[in-house]
Amino acid sequence: MEKIFTRNFHLADSHTLERYRATGGYTAIGKAFGMEPAAITEEVKKSNLRGLGGAAFPTGMKWSFIPKGSTAPKYLVINADEGEPGTFKDRYLLERDPHALIEGMIIAACAIDSHLGFVYIRGEYVEPWRVLSGAVREAYAAGLLGKNIQGTGFDFDVVIHRGAGAYICGEETGLLSSLEGKKGWPKIKPPFPAIKGAFGHPTIVNNVETIAAVPHIINRGAEWFAALGTKSQGGTRLYSVSGHVANPGVVEAPVTTTLRSLIYDHCGGIRDGRRLKAVVPGGSSAPILTADEIDVTMDADGLKNAGSMIGSAGVIVFDETVSIPEALMVVARFYAHESCGQCTPCRESTGWIYRMAHRIVDGHGRKEDLDTIIDIAKRGAGTTICAFYDGAVGPYVSYIEKFRDEFEALIRSGHGA
Amino acid sequence: MPDAANPRFTDEQVAEVRRLQSLYPDKRGALLPVLHLAQDVFGYVSLEVEEYVAGLFDLSPAHVHEVVTFYTLFFQRPKGRHVISVCQNLTCHLMGAKGIIQHLTERLGIDVGETSSDGRVTLTTVECLCACEQAPMMQVDDRYEGLLTRDKVDRILGGLT
Repeated sequence: MEKIFTRNFHLADSHTLERYRATGGYTAIGKAFGMEPAAITEEVKKSNLRGLGGAAFPTGMKWSFIPKGSTAPKYLVINADEGEPGTFKDRYLLERDPHALIEGMIIAACAIDSHLGFVYIRGEYVEPWRVLSGAVREAYAAGLLGKNIQGTGFDFDVVIHRGAGAYICGEETGLLSSLEGKKGWPKIKPPFPAIKGAFGHPTIVNNVETIAAVPHIINRGAEWFAALGTKSQGGTRLYSVSGHVANPGVVEAPVTTTLRSLIYDHCGGIRDGRRLKAVVPGGSSAPILTADEIDVTMDADGLKNAGSMIGSAGVIVFDETVSIPEALMVVARFYAHESCGQCTPCRESTGWIYRMAHRIVDGHGRKEDLDTIIDIAKRGAGTTICAFYDGAVGPYVSYIEKFRDEFEALIRSGHGA
Repeated sequence: MPDAANPRFTDEQVAEVRRLQSLYPDKRGALLPVLHLAQDVFGYVSLEVEEYVAGLFDLSPAHVHEVVTFYTLFFQRPKGRHVISVCQNLTCHLMGAKGIIQHLTERLGIDVGETSSDGRVTLTTVECLCACEQAPMMQVDDRYEGLLTRDKVDRILGGLT
């Protein structure tokens, strides 16, 4: 299979402008500058590119929500606040192919008529921030960013903004609050960011990988990209595979690949000849799949039909040694810690559920705890400003429903896990 | 000497603050970058630092305090010369994070959240740092350190002064 995102990852200098250009980089902006903005958006729509950060929203459609003819400033914001447990592919892109992101940003900016872009990068990503900052400096020095880019009269500046440690800032409206110098509290939609986003102006927020795909789409055409995938989602994408596989890492594969193939063909199967127990297929918020549910395709619709979600495509593999109740406690601790505290159902329920999961693992579980967790989880779903709590409900409910015997045995035994 | 109890930026640092503020449509956008700068300069973000930074933004100290306390990377108390943050999220948990955390608390003689008595290391646990392919892993100051074993942790600790 031809590699797109990872084609240069093996090269020591893949992050440099020189290498990016030597492998065809910055030729797509030449094409884009010759296109009408609406034609760029149309091309991205036809490619069936869908957001690769988690929500899988069609990218071209998102761009088309920017009000037509608006003279207000418009902002392009890149979500590099990678934080979904089990996901690390944007880190690879930022460190190994930062110019693909920058070129994609220039093209997206043309499409939405933006002259100022931000990259919101998580504060812990110091090395990726340094590499990306170097690439942005190179792009400015080469006249690829700034005023009058390549004599086209098009101006575009890029500001790299470091976050400060908060998972919720990966949620697009929480990210915008944080970019504005506030705590990262999500905002009620509508208005959507495309209408009223950063600093009150129309804003498009896209994930790193999503934008890194754009130069390839413009260069090689929407049909080519669409043909790599399914009817509803084009392209290859990056899967972050971790946990009990022999060879964890970033895998580039078409979205038509199966979860089984990712684990066994790409990552060497389960470590030490052990047996597979379960897989979290799309970051910690994705409902868990059991070992006999892995013949699913890893596109957004494939996993939706299987009762889970592709999310950020972070695949976490559990072998037979894993205690599911303990895993639930770890996940519940995460959601309790990262709830921003704005909406009552999320703020309270994440804490309650963590404490119940904790006592189950400690051997003090009560037999009604499992139904209580599921009841609390389901009551809160859909009642909050952002999708954070709905994301927590996925693991709460699926871990218990699919591995109920294990939880019940632990509670009955009265001993901890 | 920079002093978190009586914080003042140098003229150069103030110029950097103004440059950062000029990058945003509203200067308030530069609050997180300036807080990062302040923490680098003064060591941590004391109440006095919050008040000083608030003045540079024409914001209330209460707003700055609300922001500082929301994010995990801002320290409100002095920290050690090095900060070790061990990931305890799902993949690192599967790959043995608990043992790594226990080993660190034993070697350093402190609990999670504490600083060693010689001021060398502050130990924290964190949620996913998104380097799960190297689990179990931790962040040591600016660096990610992965595929941790007890021996590797000992070597890393030995390199911290």
